[in-house]
Order: sequence, then structure tokens, then C-alpha cells
Amino acid sequence: MEEKKLSELLPNEEGDVVRVAGEGKLRRRLFDMGITPGAHIVMRKKAPFGDPIEVTVRGYELTLRKDEAACVFLGQ
Amino acid sequence: MKTFALAGNPNSGKTTLFNALTGATAHVGNWPGVTVDKREGVYKKGSEPVDIIDLPGIYSLSPYTPEEVISRNYILDEHPDGIINIVDATNLERNLYLTTQLLEMDVPVIVALNMMDEVDKSGEKIDVSVLEKALGVSVVPVSALKGKGVKELMERAIEMPSERKGKTVYGGFESKLDRLKEFYESENFSSPLFHAVKLLENDELELERRGALNARETALATKSVSDKNAESAATADPVDYEAEIADARYKFIAAELSPARTHRRPKNALSKSDKIDKVMTHRVWAIPIFLVIMFAIFHLTFSENLLFLNGFTESQAWMPTLVDLGLSTDLGGGNQEYHNFGVEILAIFYDGAVFSPGVILTNILNLILDSISGGIVGAMESGGAAEWAVGLVGDGILGGIFAVLGFLPQILVLFLFFSILEDSGYMARIAFVLDRIFRRFGVSGRAFMPMIMGFGCSVPAAINTRTLADEKERTATIRVIPFFSCGAKLPILTAVAGGIVMAFGIGNADVITFLMYLLGICAAIVCILLMRNTSLKGETPPFIMELPAYHSPRFKNLMIHLWDKTKHFVKKAFTIIFASTLIVWLFSHISWDWKFLPDEEMQNSIIASLGKLIQPLFTPLGFGSQLGQFGWVFAVAAITGLIAKENVIATFTTLAICIGAYVGEGTEEGIEELFKLIVTIQADTGISSAEFTAALISFIAFNMTTIPCFAACATAKAELPKGKFKWTVLFWLATSYIIGTMVYTIGAWIWPLAIWVAVIAAVTTLIVLRNTGKFDVAKIFKRKNKADKGGTK
Repeated sequence: MEEKKLSELLPNEEGDVVRVAGEGKLRRRLFDMGITPGAHIVMRKKAPFGDPIEVTVRGYELTLRKDEAACVFLGQ
Repeated sequence: MKTFALAGNPNSGKTTLFNALTGATAHVGNWPGVTVDKREGVYKKGSEPVDIIDLPGIYSLSPYTPEEVISRNYILDEHPDGIINIVDATNLERNLYLTTQLLEMDVPVIVALNMMDEVDKSGEKIDVSVLEKALGVSVVPVSALKGKGVKELMERAIEMPSERKGKTVYGGFESKLDRLKEFYESENFSSPLFHAVKLLENDELELERRGALNARETALATKSVSDKNAESAATADPVDYEAEIADARYKFIAAELSPARTHRRPKNALSKSDKIDKVMTHRVWAIPIFLVIMFAIFHLTFSENLLFLNGFTESQAWMPTLVDLGLSTDLGGGNQEYHNFGVEILAIFYDGAVFSPGVILTNILNLILDSISGGIVGAMESGGAAEWAVGLVGDGILGGIFAVLGFLPQILVLFLFFSILEDSGYMARIAFVLDRIFRRFGVSGRAFMPMIMGFGCSVPAAINTRTLADEKERTATIRVIPFFSCGAKLPILTAVAGGIVMAFGIGNADVITFLMYLLGICAAIVCILLMRNTSLKGETPPFIMELPAYHSPRFKNLMIHLWDKTKHFVKKAFTIIFASTLIVWLFSHISWDWKFLPDEEMQNSIIASLGKLIQPLFTPLGFGSQLGQFGWVFAVAAITGLIAKENVIATFTTLAICIGAYVGEGTEEGIEELFKLIVTIQADTGISSAEFTAALISFIAFNMTTIPCFAACATAKAELPKGKFKWTVLFWLATSYIIGTMVYTIGAWIWPLAIWVAVIAAVTTLIVLRNTGKFDVAKIFKRKNKADKGGTK
């Protein structure tokens, strides 16, 4: 299975979280917001300046920066 | 009396439920040590009165935001009789994540399933009994907004058994958790299971406890006895428990939810909220829409020409003033006498143009305050009170308090609009849209709101920084807020700029005003960059934020919110602000031999001599010794500006009359007086027009960036982390002093520009070098010391 970073997704693409990199505070925050292995994520859109991005995860809308999204690896 | 704590995610309707439960009994306090609101109230409609504590809105009990630490410590240390966990039924998955953590504590829990009416509307169904069985605690559907189910919720909460042992709802970690639990039990902790789970998750707060790290390693090592490489397993833990446990929680929720919930919304159907969002965060339209909204808010709060009904420029104006209509008489200097009470009422809404709601409310309040103070002063005068007593009560006490209270309507109107933006969900989108720009300066998109609010008033702006999660980001933002020139600083700009144009015939007052606003913004950007690279260094805080669904703001919530703010502000006005105002008034009306001085003799007061004393300090800024015998006026104006920035110009008008530069009644705008003052000083000292202009602009710049008014200072002190306020005051003084000096020296001679550029370049290089580790300040000093010693030998 090919891994893809969440930050590389185009709008309306989706995938399941395989693993979450990063460390400490950032990682904890991603877990707490529902981005855990197995979670299904739909990329919604980019902000007008291209960053941050908006995704749907666990039934709600979440925004995060591309840097942070680059820690989330998805499988298709 | 039983005490229940209200816990839940942000945007889960927690505040609404709290208001529905406690009504008018709620009061706001602060959590000890941190500046997060603690709201407390009493529920009286049940069989017995119950104390309700509103915990901050949180997503988790990890120790990474102050709110989470507060909530966690409150439940663990204060032992409430129960937790009412409010859960947003339209967003069950993420909301129940917090629930699974709360359930691990040794405290009775009841779940309030909020917004069930919305779920019903969308055609979904949630089986409450299935949820109850899975969670092992009572679940009560409520609608906090409509007050439905609240009574039943509280009845069942009061009936809850007083003890409950914490439990994990997911399986798979029992053996390790039991071992860690033993450790906490032996140390006599309450809620040992909660601590055990957190320790297994490598939680910072738990690892700090004595022996905790050891216990964790032992517990993990026990398992890995069968492991071939036991030693490496003990040091470098192969299992990522943080991820495993978070995953287990969500897996449990997903497993339990599918039987409880039926009829999910089709995945790709656009809700109403999605449609609104498509427009509001549109690639092209997002920024223009945002600008229009911002403009509308400021226009409705501050404009004295509503909707430009009276044309866009002076020349287009067609509406008659009250004087033109023969309804009032012009007394000169911006003062007028209304012919009857009806006209006075009309003047609240209209005088030569229709006023905005913010201005109308201000006028109403000022009419009331003026008649109160007029009545009291009149009574004192007719009762034969001494002149000093009338002055003290009328100008010192009432004048001071009323000057501060006079801001209240516009602060509240501004706050109301921003609360609507926040409540409707648009604020989060603004942060989403602007984050990219603000990140460059080391703050997140959320810092934008408080900054732009600063153009209205620093007080609500500083309060608004609460939406910033990162403490350093918050401190930096609060510090630069005054640089976004507030409404009260505008008169300084117009008066001094007007005086410059009249006296020297150079430039254009509007252009000067605009450039000064720009200077303030630049100063803010530079200072943020500087702080974020030196004293407040830190990673740009992560920007991982929920974008709540749009909904129409709730009137009742807004009103309760505004009422809280009003109480807060009025309390401040009567305490710290009042005391400071009184002191400044006393000093400006008492001479060194303790004699009372009327306004006209202010030049002999203590404050005037203090002004003369500190006058040389302002020499580098251009309005010090070089302005000769009358230069102290500027120093005094800067001091009185601390009370309220309106005072700066008021002081000029008073003092211009005192020193005989201006003869007459004095005008409200102060342009005439400043003009006369400038002419007088120039005749006295022979200072060149160019140098004086630079000095005056430097004076504006100094006032814009220096310590803000007492009201703003008091708010900043309350909002800043402990111990940061004195540094902040120092920061304001230093910044304004440097900016003033820069403006003056460059404006007067231009060539110092080269020096400033060199200094800035040098400082920037040093900071960059230091931050990249190529330059060590401590090392350099050491080497220098050694060299010195060598020299003396």
C-alpha cells in the first residue's frame, strides 16, 4: 500500500490514516482532534493563500497547516 | 450544597447550558494563577440548590493548553460531587473522546446529550439506551438552547450515587494499567486509573512525579520478559502507547456508535453551513468579503456619518447642522447650547449628519453622565462649597470616572459585533483565511482579530486574545495592540497634524494621519518579529483548529456575554482607573505648598514642575529642552494621556490658555490652540520649522506607541501571564522612545537615517546569527573579560 501525506492531497481526495509522525505537543493535539490511525479523512479545500487546509475527519471540519498535515500519512 | 462541574468540547453548547441552568446567578472569577475565566452559578429550580462550575471548553485532558490543565486539576483536586459532561449530539465521535477520559476518573459522571433536536431534524436517530449501556453512566438528551430536558438532567444528576470508580471503556491495556494503578494507589492518589492511563501515554505531568518514570519502565519491562531483546525494549519503548490509546478510544466510540446511531447523512451532501462556507472562504471573494465586514463593523461603531448619508466628502455634505436649523446656538469652540430638551435629545442622533449606533449610545450615556455631574456640581456650588471641593468632585472624581465610562458604549458595541462573528463561526474562518500571512510574523491567524479590534479600543482587543492558545503568542499580541491606534488617539492625530498644517503650511493633515496609522502597524509587525525572535522565542504555535458549523448567533448568550464584560469594566473604572485618575488630577491642581490651583494656573502645579523636570528626557525625541520654557506642556500632555488619550489634547487646550499662547474659550478639536502654541514656542526659541515639524510628528508617534490609557493597562495586566506586566510597560516605554527618536532625528536632518539603517541592520544580523547558533553572546563577553584582564596585567 502506498503512503501519501495528508498535505499532498487535492481537494475531495480522501484516505485512511496509517500513521502519525511528528512529536510531543503537535502529535498529541492531532490525536486529540481525532486524527488517529484508522481515521477516515476527506480533504475539503485550501485557504485562499494555499495554506492552511480544511479537512473532514470524524464528522466535523478541521483546519490545519500543511506543515502539520505533512505529519499525517494516509493509505488510499 | 452539592457541586457539579460542567465539562465539554468548545462549541458543544456548554455556555448555553450553563446559562440555562444558572440564569442570573452566574458570576465570573479567575482561576487562580491563570487568566482563564471561571464561571460559577447556582441551579435553584431543583429539589435542592446546586453549585455549578463551568470548566473551560476542552477537547481532551492532555496537559497542553492551560484550559486542559485547569479542568484536569479541578476535577482531580477539588473533588466535585459530579461532572455533567455536555456532548454535542451532532458531532458525537469527537465529543465522546473527552467522555472516555472523564470516565477514567473516580467521579460520578452524567452525560447531557445536547442538540438532539438538530439530530432529529436531520433525520438521524441516536439510541440513548445503547449509549448508556456502552458508557455505563446516565445519558440525558437535552436542548440547552430551548431549555428542554434540563430539569430531568439535573434531577438525575442529583440522584447520582456519590461514588464512582474510574473505568476504561476500551480493552487491551489491562495488565500494564493494573501495575501502574498499583503505583498510584501506593502513593495514595485519588483516581489512580486516570493517572495510570496518562502515565502510560507518556503524559508530561505524570512523568514529572517522583518515581513515575521508574514505575512506567518496570510495568512495561515486565511484559517484555518474554521478549528476546528485553533490554532494548525497556529503554526504547517499541509500542507507541500514546497512539494506541487514542486509537483505542476512537475505536470504542466507533464500535459503540454504529448500533446507537442510524441514518447517517449521505457523505457528500452539502449542508447549509457548507454552502455558506463556500462563499465566505472562496479563493477570490474571501478577502473582499472580510474587508467589507470589518469596515461595516467599524462604521457602525464609530462613524458620525451613518451609511455616508451626508456624502463621502465635506464638499458633498448637504445635511444642515442643528445650528443651521436654528435649534441651537454656537458658543464657539465646538460647544453649543441647545434651545430645549427636545433638541438635546435630537442631538443624540443627529447633528449635521446621522450618527452610527455606537455614537448614539455614547451620546445617550454622556447626556446622562453630564446631567449627573452637572447636578452634583450645581448643588455643591449653590450649597457654597469651596472651589477646590467642586473641582475635586466635578473634574477629579466624576470627570475621571465618567471619562472612562464614556468609552463603554463603543467598547460594548464593538464587542457585540465581534461576539456575533465568534458565535456564528465566522471568526474561525477568518483565522483560516489569514493564517498564511500572520505566520510569517510568528503568530497564528487568530492573532488578527485582537489586532484589528485595537483600532477601536485596546480593552476589548486585549480580552479577545483569550482565543490564542499559545502563551507567548498571546503576550506578544497584547503588547502590540496599543500600536493599532485606537479611537481615542485619533484626536491627537487630527489636532497635532492640523496644527502642523496651519503653522507651517506643509503637507496635508489627512496624509499625516494616514501615515501615522501605517507607522503604528509597521511598529507592531517589527516588534512582533523582534519579540518572537528574542524574548518570546518559540515555534509558531500549531494551527489545528475546529471549524464549527455556521449558525445564527444566540441573542441571549450575546447579552449575557456583554453583561459580564460591562460588570468587569465598570468594576475596573471604579477601582484602579479611578485611583490613578484622581492622583493625576490632584497633582495637576495642587502646588508644592499644598495650595489648590484652578485650571488656569496649572503651570504652577506639581505636575507642571514634574513636567519641567522630565522635559530634558524628551530632548532626543524633539519635544524636550529644545522647545524652551514652554516645552514642558508636551511632557505634561503625555502624562495626562495615561488616564485617557483624550486628555492629551484637553491638556494642550488648558495649558495653551495658561501660558497665554491662546486667548479665548478653547475648542474641542484643539487645532487652533496647537497652532497658537506652535507659533508661540517658535517665536520663543527660534527653532526651525523642519525640526519642529519632526518634533511634533515624533510627539504623535510617541503617544501612539507608548503606555496606553489606564483602562487598557488594567486590562493588559489582567490578561497577561503573571510577572509579564512590568516588562510590558517597559517595552511600551522603550518602543515609543526609540520610535520617537527615530522620527525626530530622521525628520529633522535626514542623515541620521544612515545611522538608524546601520543600527537596525546590525541588530538584525546579531539576532539572526544568535538564533542560528553562529554567535554566542555569553562567549563574546567571556572573551572580552579575558582580554580586559590581560590588558590590566
